Amino acid sequence: MKKAFVPLLLLTAAMFAYAPVIIAHADYESTMGLVQKVMYFHAPSGMVMLISAVVCGVASAMYLWRKNPSADRVAIAAAELTALFGLIVLVTGPLWARKAWGVWWVWEARLTMSFVGWLIAVGYLFVRKYGGPGSDKLGAALAVFGTANVPFIYVSVNIWRTMHPMTTVVPTLQAGMRGAFWFSALTLFMLYGLLLTARIHLERQRAALDELYLAEEN
Amino acid sequence: MFLRTALLVLRKDFAIEVKSREILYTTLLFALSCVLVFSIAFVREGEPLEDAAAGILWIAIEFAGTLALGRTFERERYGETLRALLLAPASRAAIYIGKMLGIVLLLAVCEVVLVPLVALLFRAELFRAPLLLVVLLLAGTIGFAVVGSLFAAMLVRARTRDVMLPILLYPMTVPLMIAGVRGTVALTHTPTDAASAVMWISLLTSMDVVFLVLALWTFEAVMTE
Repeated sequence: MKKAFVPLLLLTAAMFAYAPVIIAHADYESTMGLVQKVMYFHAPSGMVMLISAVVCGVASAMYLWRKNPSADRVAIAAAELTALFGLIVLVTGPLWARKAWGVWWVWEARLTMSFVGWLIAVGYLFVRKYGGPGSDKLGAALAVFGTANVPFIYVSVNIWRTMHPMTTVVPTLQAGMRGAFWFSALTLFMLYGLLLTARIHLERQRAALDELYLAEEN
Repeated sequence: MFLRTALLVLRKDFAIEVKSREILYTTLLFALSCVLVFSIAFVREGEPLEDAAAGILWIAIEFAGTLALGRTFERERYGETLRALLLAPASRAAIYIGKMLGIVLLLAVCEVVLVPLVALLFRAELFRAPLLLVVLLLAGTIGFAVVGSLFAAMLVRARTRDVMLPILLYPMTVPLMIAGVRGTVALTHTPTDAASAVMWISLLTSMDVVFLVLALWTFEAVMTE
């Protein structure tokens, strides 16, 4: 991964630079027009947020029961990225909703769920930052609970009427939009992978530095 | 042995509480203040808004429960007794269960006062299906206590525990609150929507089971120093 990092970074940067072109050339949605193009970053960010939350939950479980310190580094990196991509979803969503539905926010299933998920991720980061000694285990337990909670939040909020398009909309996208959508999605997935790798690396360096300090003191 | 340890922890907490009644009284008064505050927002021209009572009831339980959780573990921390409890040659899971049952019991007592009061003040027909209401309240309260006791126990050593507990607990209990409120609303409608209420109760029960298993599993791992 170390050798591939810089080329992949350059490739992702190039893809980001090209993304506006391909998005501009994609077909216009018939009723929403230009504003629908928010989708190309909004929906993939939502996907990344969900993937990242699952990564964080699994890594936390591994840390909690196997006491594997590298799993903890993955967990904190994934939690930060869940919060980051969640923020992108929560900012781009209302921008789109204002034009498409006429309101900034509605309290329906998917929106409520993203908001709650984002709050849990931010709560995790707060625990890690302000929790004091033992906050790593506390955070891990929180992440495990948060991940186990996702299906319940999904079921309970989904029983209310859903206004947001279902996930089934993605495979049924028109041919003129599909290419741009998956291009944007791939770009964001690569960005996620790179950020995660960089963040885990930083955490590993930090742990190594702490060890050196301890050795020096002894 | 497991059950006996749990009941011993429960009896210990119960005995302390019976002597001082500090947590019960403060929690109850706090719940009443919550109801008062909500009455400002959810009453228009003397008439309570439709379905407001269910939400007020559950939010009052959640807020008061958070306060009770904080106080219960603060008491252990103050006396440095939590360490003693954990050092005791007893199963950690049993200690957790005892603590959790104490919270359930305390909140149940609060609910006995709170439910008729909310029904009275907000003119809600809460007692149309009393048995279903009791089951719903019990399932919701157990779920809340299961997650709450675990988080409060974990946060005992954290400096920022007072603010961290609600920050962590509220998003985590969102599905419990939705199920509780929606179930209560279903019970107060005319005619009573028993089918929906049963659906929410079964959702709550499955959450209780999953959360309890996870909590028993994590408590041991989290409370080791």
